[in-house]
Amino acid sequence: MALPASVPEELIKSQTAYTEPPVIDLHGLSVSFGRRQILKNLRGDLRGKAIGLLGPNGAGKTTLIHTLLGFHPPSAGTAQIFGLDVTNDAKQIKSLIGYMPERDSFIAKMNAVHFVRLMGELSGLPPEAALERAHEALFYVGLGEARYRRLETYSLGMKQLAKLAQAIVHGPKLIFLDEPTNGLDPPARLRMIKLIREIRDSGQAHILLSSHLLLDVEECCDEILILRDGQIAVYCNLEEERKSNRKFLMLETRGDQERFVQALAKLGCEYAVSGHRLKIVLQEGIEVRDLYRLADQEQVQIRRLSYKRDSLEDIFLKAMENGYGRL
Amino acid sequence: MAVYEQTYKRYAGKLTPDWSRFLIIPRHAYESIFSSKLFTAFFVICFVPLLLEAILIYLHHNFTALTIFQASIKDLLPIDNSFFRAFTYVEGIFAFFLALLIGPPLVARDLRNNALPLYLCRPFSRTEYVMGKMSVILILLSAITWIPQLLLFLFQSYLEGFAWFRANLWIASAIFIGNVVWILLLALLTQTISALVKWRVVASGLLLAIFIIPSAFAEIINLMFQTRWGSLLSLNALMYSVTSGLFGLFDRVSGTIAIRDFDDNVVREITLVEPPLWCSWAALFVVCAICLALLSWKVKAYEVVK
Repeated sequence: MALPASVPEELIKSQTAYTEPPVIDLHGLSVSFGRRQILKNLRGDLRGKAIGLLGPNGAGKTTLIHTLLGFHPPSAGTAQIFGLDVTNDAKQIKSLIGYMPERDSFIAKMNAVHFVRLMGELSGLPPEAALERAHEALFYVGLGEARYRRLETYSLGMKQLAKLAQAIVHGPKLIFLDEPTNGLDPPARLRMIKLIREIRDSGQAHILLSSHLLLDVEECCDEILILRDGQIAVYCNLEEERKSNRKFLMLETRGDQERFVQALAKLGCEYAVSGHRLKIVLQEGIEVRDLYRLADQEQVQIRRLSYKRDSLEDIFLKAMENGYGRL
Repeated sequence: MAVYEQTYKRYAGKLTPDWSRFLIIPRHAYESIFSSKLFTAFFVICFVPLLLEAILIYLHHNFTALTIFQASIKDLLPIDNSFFRAFTYVEGIFAFFLALLIGPPLVARDLRNNALPLYLCRPFSRTEYVMGKMSVILILLSAITWIPQLLLFLFQSYLEGFAWFRANLWIASAIFIGNVVWILLLALLTQTISALVKWRVVASGLLLAIFIIPSAFAEIINLMFQTRWGSLLSLNALMYSVTSGLFGLFDRVSGTIAIRDFDDNVVREITLVEPPLWCSWAALFVVCAICLALLSWKVKAYEVVK
């Protein structure tokens, strides 16, 4: 059906975006190893350009990635990637995916070009195309000069880059990056983050970034899924969160803070106390001047006041403290 | 994603057919295997018995050459099933050592370096991985066993005439089946050991032990119980029976043992009867099934701790 010419382009884009299948669609996905249930009834659809997968160690991040890759069969429910079922369409899915594993993984006695070329060929590229793209991928990740060196001689940072090169050599539509900045020094980490952002911004591939480093996820991702004990603790669209302009106020006070806090509660404000610091979410209709008035009434000095956005760290910590759900 | 552009681009070109992807593994493996001069030299030596076989066949049909060597045709081995069986046996030994050289590190190296997830996250199944690794051995061993032997069979048929070819076509099938069973067994055993043991030296030692220890054990059983059924434990004996059967040289009665009293009088004679051929086939089948089960258990992207 043709759309009228007057329909704004953004609206067309947003509508077509949602008619496309989600990048990852979880339908009550559960995974068990023997009697141990690792993933419990995961539900939700992820559509972001770069999806962050967060959670403490043992939350099930890597198991979720492995299940999506078809390494572990679901014990209940299923998942879809671009509308393809992970169990029934595993081969089709794998041709659309690139995977950078967390652990050191390479093929011994090979130089980087040979390794990346082999990986390209296994993804279905003809030998000539695989060789060409292997060179390109290695140059792209910054290993151009070291591409004829054996992988065993690479430093940890170089090995991480070689793993990234093998994950992108066949130009996948979705790239799984499992702890890509693990063990990297600050410059190498920055380089990796820059590469991930470049791939994201190219618009050619979606990224699923699993990490326990909040900063990495915050810098790269527009959508996050926080896992805790194998369940979804929080789903959050960071992009929308940023746009929604939900601001926090950080206050540093002196005086009878307890009475001031009680007065704030009566106003209906959400707050959190930490020593002399107060974190407040202003309710609709309440202005900053109301806070000064309240402070005056309760004889409390406001020494400092600043706006602070809900950072990923706050979201994460809240998810770890509270129940499960959508933020 | 051209080098000079330095941007990420998806691949939109033609893909190779699914069925042929397992052959990528042997192609890349041979690049590294044949980079060793020592291995290449050994591989060339494997063809020496075949050259001898070809010379013998040629001499059978060239009286001028026989005269030069001052030999008569009677001095030469007759070219029949025994002739081809003998060379199958010799090449089988070379095939064993070749498998011993290239087999053990094939899967072990990938397991040691956590490379399996890299293979299996691609449109490349576990079956294709095992097929690919096995074909490294199968292709190379085929090149020194059944392929040249069948060519020599055709050479003999060409020199002897179509009547000989038609009458002895069953020998060709024996050459093919006998060699394929042997190299398949070698490929499965080496891959299984390689998947179980991560160290090359240990894996090579284990492969030797699998052929030597059960054979010794089988002989002990045969001697203790005056039977031949112990041979079912020995892979060498199993293969010997199977190839003898294929080449029409299998005889169930393999000898007799005389039981004597203190005065050296024969009290009783025991005829040693080999297990029937189907038992040998069944035993080989069981060994192969065990290997496949172990491979299926070990060849996984990640080991799951339950």
